[in-house]
Amino acid sequence: MLRVSGARVVFGTTCAVDGVDLEVGERETVAVIGPSGCGKSTLLRAVAGLQPLDAGTVSWDGGDLSGVPPHRRGFGMVFQEYALFPHRDVAGNVAFGLRMQGVGPAERDRRVDDALELVGLGGFRERRVATLSGGEQQRVALARALVARPRLLMLDEPLGALDRVWRARLVDELPLLLAGAGTPALYVTHDHEEAFAVADRVAVMRDGRIVQSGPPAALWDRPADAWTAGFLGFGPAVDAEVRGPVLHTPWGPLAAPAGAPAGAVRLVVRPDGVAVGPGGAVEGTVTRVRFAGARAELTVVPAAGPALRAAVVAAAAPPAGAVVGCGLGPDALLCYPRPAD
Amino acid sequence: MSERAGRSGLVAAVPVAFLVVFFVWPSGHVLVRAFGAGALREVLTDPTFRRVLWFTSWQAVLSTALTFGAGLPAAYVVARYDFTGRRLFRAFVTVPFVMPTVVVAVAFLALLRPGGAFAFLGWDRGLAPMIVAQVFFNVAVVVRIVGGFWANLDVRREDAARMLGASRARVFREVTLPLLAPALVAAASIVFLFTFTSFGVVLLLSDPAHATLEVEIYRQAFAYFDLPVAAALSLVQIVVVATVLWALSRAQERSALPQRLVAADVTARRPRGRERLFVAGVIGVTTVFLALPLVALALRSVRPGGEWSASAYRALATRPATTTSVVSPGLAIRNSVLFALVATVIALVVGGCAAFAVAARSRRVGRPLDVLVMLPLGASSVTVGLGFLLTFGSPPLDLSGAWILIPIAHALIAIPFVVRAVAPALRSIDPRLRDAAAVLGASPRAVWREVDLPIVTRAFAVAAGFCAAVSLGEFGATLFLTRPEWSTVPVAIQRLLGRPGEANVSQSLALATVLMGLTVVIVLAMERVRVRHLGEL
Repeated sequence: MLRVSGARVVFGTTCAVDGVDLEVGERETVAVIGPSGCGKSTLLRAVAGLQPLDAGTVSWDGGDLSGVPPHRRGFGMVFQEYALFPHRDVAGNVAFGLRMQGVGPAERDRRVDDALELVGLGGFRERRVATLSGGEQQRVALARALVARPRLLMLDEPLGALDRVWRARLVDELPLLLAGAGTPALYVTHDHEEAFAVADRVAVMRDGRIVQSGPPAALWDRPADAWTAGFLGFGPAVDAEVRGPVLHTPWGPLAAPAGAPAGAVRLVVRPDGVAVGPGGAVEGTVTRVRFAGARAELTVVPAAGPALRAAVVAAAAPPAGAVVGCGLGPDALLCYPRPAD
Repeated sequence: MSERAGRSGLVAAVPVAFLVVFFVWPSGHVLVRAFGAGALREVLTDPTFRRVLWFTSWQAVLSTALTFGAGLPAAYVVARYDFTGRRLFRAFVTVPFVMPTVVVAVAFLALLRPGGAFAFLGWDRGLAPMIVAQVFFNVAVVVRIVGGFWANLDVRREDAARMLGASRARVFREVTLPLLAPALVAAASIVFLFTFTSFGVVLLLSDPAHATLEVEIYRQAFAYFDLPVAAALSLVQIVVVATVLWALSRAQERSALPQRLVAADVTARRPRGRERLFVAGVIGVTTVFLALPLVALALRSVRPGGEWSASAYRALATRPATTTSVVSPGLAIRNSVLFALVATVIALVVGGCAAFAVAARSRRVGRPLDVLVMLPLGASSVTVGLGFLLTFGSPPLDLSGAWILIPIAHALIAIPFVVRAVAPALRSIDPRLRDAAAVLGASPRAVWREVDLPIVTRAFAVAAGFCAAVSLGEFGATLFLTRPEWSTVPVAIQRLLGRPGEANVSQSLALATVLMGLTVVIVLAMERVRVRHLGEL
């Protein structure tokens, strides 16, 4: 299994990767998410051996990889925008790793066919890569990485350059492909929904550090801090204060959720916890209804305090202009300690 | 990272060593000679030399202006109109540019000498044929550079100006021209450089009253054996060229606007109505102007004395080697081919290493090397020849009379083109391709073999063709270094022209036609490689 400990990469005066610890177990898919520039791609390159570490180690099954160049690590990688070889056809791209391993032509051909079949590109052997669509290129890149039977597969924003339809399709297919191959994977993306759909475990990265790591459900349920909650799309975030059982907010006093720290807090409201209906504690006017399939997100402007967002079943969504009540129960409130300034 | 920088430093050592020995050192000799013995003062004060400098300057400005006059309509047509044979026309326009100067000079003689189609002009030798030949040569620069840039200018800006009420003429003056400025200045720099340092055309087509600095350097060195004065003239030429090019590059920087360029095929459209007449006229006139001398050359070579006959070619094959000081044409062809091969190998090795070092983007090595490699382009071929003559005729490196100096000089002139062809191809390689290959198990050597090499092979092939063409046609430097037994085809043509008798003229025409044929074959091979290159990648 892969173990990264204390990894540090410095570019000039900025620390791109700052003391990262990370593990990927057998048959496990771990996603690293974070905004662009958080250091996640650099971390991936460091694991691949393409970027030397300034401190810390990368090891595989207990063996230190620091002196091992990328081509001897036996890892596979799907690059951002794929990095397919323009001077080779599809089969030539997929066969590349096997040729480097010295696999004979007959077996190579067979395995290339199998790999292309696996990603659904059976008849594409002789096609030039420039003539492929984005989704097809992505599959070639995947086949190219998987066919060499890597010990670990790394994927760097593999779906970032795809349109919606291909993206949705590959989000569904990727976990099956990875599970089928039985290859542990390290998956980097800026999109938490994609990460949740693909990974067994998700690590959130910010400014070169991992701020939280765990299964998707745990992460969604309890983001480690206000920043992570914001990154997952929760909000608004406001300053509030816990005094005894009461949480004093811009929307008025509410019942403090269990375990909330006393004193000054940063309060994040999660839209999926806001209960819209009669009897809600905060009354306001619906100014915007944004449909997203079965769900809809309301923007509700109360008499006092910032606008709230609430996720509701689309069919039951009130029209814009309606006056609704918003219940802010413990499910809707995330309280984080706020250092006094 | 440091390993890579170390490797690129090692690769850089080859071109640095080559350029220091064969360019910097000889240039130093030219400098020392120019400053010694009061030659520089003599050159700067003597009215004769002042007149030469003045003439060189104004003929260059005049030639540049006329080249733009002849080239801009074609540049516009090629950029903005989509017509059948557009690519062919663009390739054809380039043909004169790659023709050896001697071929062009002889081609104009074929037109203008008694018996030629334009003999009635009475322009046998002098200012007019020389200027026209310079225009003939450089039209390609304007069409390719300005036309290429023009094709990428967004037409919608011009449409917007028209919608705002500007007439066609005002749109051109107030929108198109300012946007086009960087390309205009770039093309002007190159044409000025070529016409200011023009040698072969001036030597063969002009008269002594109209000599450029370049010709004067040659005359001082070989007619008067006054090497210090020749060196001083070289220095003056280098200073003038450097000053003008520096000023023009400043102008180019100032005129460069950040603008979004668009794909060329979007901006061109089929000509409509009266535009068809205009397009056809421009293509027709340009084609006739560029084809006429070359066709006249080929025709007259098979009509010696006005009768159809291959006698001139037969004479080439049978002319004995040793009867006179004129080398046998067969030997000259053999020499030219040999030198072209050797020069190409040298230029590819040295230029290839330089391209790899420059493309590695390590600023410490890449930037200065890039400048160093381009320097021979600014020094004229006659200066290169003079520098070699001054440097390698005495210890510590006495190579006087060694044939290898000739291909080395050719390679020196060709190296900038190799770097310009190969380095961009190397830079165009997405670094992630190398990463991808490495992660898939390719060692650094395998990465180079599997990724870099296949992608730059075609660039190398194009560069090789260019080197061969440069070497075959090189005239100025070769004249300084040649011995009768090492004469090349251009030198043999010049010697033949200098001898009396119609037979010698016919043979020079035949020999020039052979050289033209060789060059055309190389250029066609290059175009084929280039087209396939685009088709595949």
